[in-house]
Amino acid sequence: MSESISEAPAAEVAATGLPAGPGVVSSRRKRNDFLYYGLRNKKLIFGLSVELILVLVAIIGPIIAKYGPLQITPAQLQHPNGTYWLGTDDLGEDLFSQLTNGLRESYLVGALGAGCAALVGMALGFLAGWRGGWLDEVLQFITNIIVMIPSLVLLIVIGSYLSSKNILFEGVFIGLTTWPWVARAVRAQTFSLRTREYVDLARLSGKRPFSIVVKEIAPNMASYLFLVVILLFGSSMLIAASYDFLGLGPTNVASLGWTMSRAQGFGALGYHLWWWFIPPGAVLTLMVAALLIANVGLDEVFNPKLRES
Amino acid sequence: MRRYLTRKIITYVLAFFVGVTIDWGIPRLMPGDPIQGLVSRFNVGSSAAYSGLYASFAKAFGLDVPVWQQYLNFWHGVLTGNMGGSIYAPGATVTSLVFSAMPYTLALLVPAILLSYSLGNRLGAAAARRKYLDNTVLPLGYVLQAIPYVWLALVVAYLFGPVWHLFPTAYGYDQGLVPHFDWTFISSLLDHWFLPFLTVFMVSLGGWAIGMRNLVIYELENDSSRYMRALGASERVVRGYAYRNASLPQLSGLALQLAVVIGGNVVTEIVFNYPGLGNLIFHAISNQDFFLLQGIFIWIVIGVLIANFIIDLVFLWVDPRTRLSMQGASA
Repeated sequence: MSESISEAPAAEVAATGLPAGPGVVSSRRKRNDFLYYGLRNKKLIFGLSVELILVLVAIIGPIIAKYGPLQITPAQLQHPNGTYWLGTDDLGEDLFSQLTNGLRESYLVGALGAGCAALVGMALGFLAGWRGGWLDEVLQFITNIIVMIPSLVLLIVIGSYLSSKNILFEGVFIGLTTWPWVARAVRAQTFSLRTREYVDLARLSGKRPFSIVVKEIAPNMASYLFLVVILLFGSSMLIAASYDFLGLGPTNVASLGWTMSRAQGFGALGYHLWWWFIPPGAVLTLMVAALLIANVGLDEVFNPKLRES
Repeated sequence: MRRYLTRKIITYVLAFFVGVTIDWGIPRLMPGDPIQGLVSRFNVGSSAAYSGLYASFAKAFGLDVPVWQQYLNFWHGVLTGNMGGSIYAPGATVTSLVFSAMPYTLALLVPAILLSYSLGNRLGAAAARRKYLDNTVLPLGYVLQAIPYVWLALVVAYLFGPVWHLFPTAYGYDQGLVPHFDWTFISSLLDHWFLPFLTVFMVSLGGWAIGMRNLVIYELENDSSRYMRALGASERVVRGYAYRNASLPQLSGLALQLAVVIGGNVVTEIVFNYPGLGNLIFHAISNQDFFLLQGIFIWIVIGVLIANFIIDLVFLWVDPRTRLSMQGASA
């Protein structure tokens, strides 16, 4: 078990800001415990409420918006007012509509990126942790290499060859460059769980490795894994904002990064058109910060050690 | 120690190999034909002229030989530092463009990474299990961690530029000046450097503070800490050891974060029109200068690998286990 220290949860803490080891979900009583502490955890409640409001805005906003996100109207560079709630840009596009549509795109990319990363990372992490040996060495090697390749620059090189991109491409690409975080976490946890007595028992009883992993090992790291994936969800949205800003995001779709890039390109800063570039980033910050705070709250719920007395 | 270093160096050599291969492979795997795009810019009428131009471009880029030979030629170019000419700046070579931009990027990244790392760690360690400090450091850390680089760059540029008129918000130095080693030029450099530096520094700060806070909390609950307390060690001493233990995972986290920070640096440079590699990338994208992009990618990979190696050497110094070739804590 070489290089084990780096793979201990502590390393993940440093890298992802994730403050916990595995919580153990075992019985119905435990679950009620989680609910009990969850409903009393201010961080969790705060984070979830903000997230809920933003999701509602992302769903309802595009419906109640009076104009399409890319619809050109004669009212150019309007301050926020009764008709254009967040003002308009140089082409007269309604910024409220752009913001709410962009928010929806952000959630989509976040979900796609985190989902993809979780799938690949879990598959490889379980494989490496369960099998160990040379397979583990090889997978570790691949993980270490992927982590070192700067994905933004890689996407720039790839993206510059593609003339049109869609949101699926962006999300999947983000997932395919961030899975090492999940893989490392899963591998480390699997390593520590696979020698437990109940796993040995399952093995003795002739269960197949796949079902041992799914039924015995996975549930015991579910909470921990959940936290890692939530963090990836947030970081995928941030990464996507950078891509969109560089014009490498989906074409012909309004996204938060794209709105900011338009504002920057027009010189909105010099003309004091603050309503153009402040709201998109502010909403994104709020969205990710709420996610991080909810994450800490969840962590405290899952992990009794962290609960403040 | 030898085993530790050998392992690391093999990883880096392989990573470099993978990086170069990806870089070589991308244009060849992508749909569409870059040369066709290039030729279509010249507005040639007759098909004979078109195919002539196409052939000459293919020859110029070394695409008229078998694939395996192209691959070897690419390696030759990488190893000799000859990565061809640039389309966006005719006459300049890719390597010369990269090298004139690199000092600006390093001047942003190195201080921003080192300062945010040391300050963030100290802040986080101080905040652990101290209610008052924790209640300010923690929320602040989360907000900083959640801010997109682009937006912070825009907000910082807006506030310090058009609103308060404190710092210039574009270029590497006053465009009226000629680069020269005197005080006016250096102060202009520093003036233009400050805002992009501040942006990269602030975004990184939050993550380190939060990571360290969590690690120190773990260490303070550790058996070793309890044992020291039982022996009557003062809280200061216990915290000192907790900090040292928590530094190791933070250090390997630093190696892992490099690629992320570099990405953030790219967009920050673009917002501030700062003449580093990020800005060069931006020009390369808008001019479809694929060779320049490929060259920059290789150099950034080299930079990340060197930085990783430096961190490994630091590990040898701070973590005795790596020197004894025991289980090495590493990235």
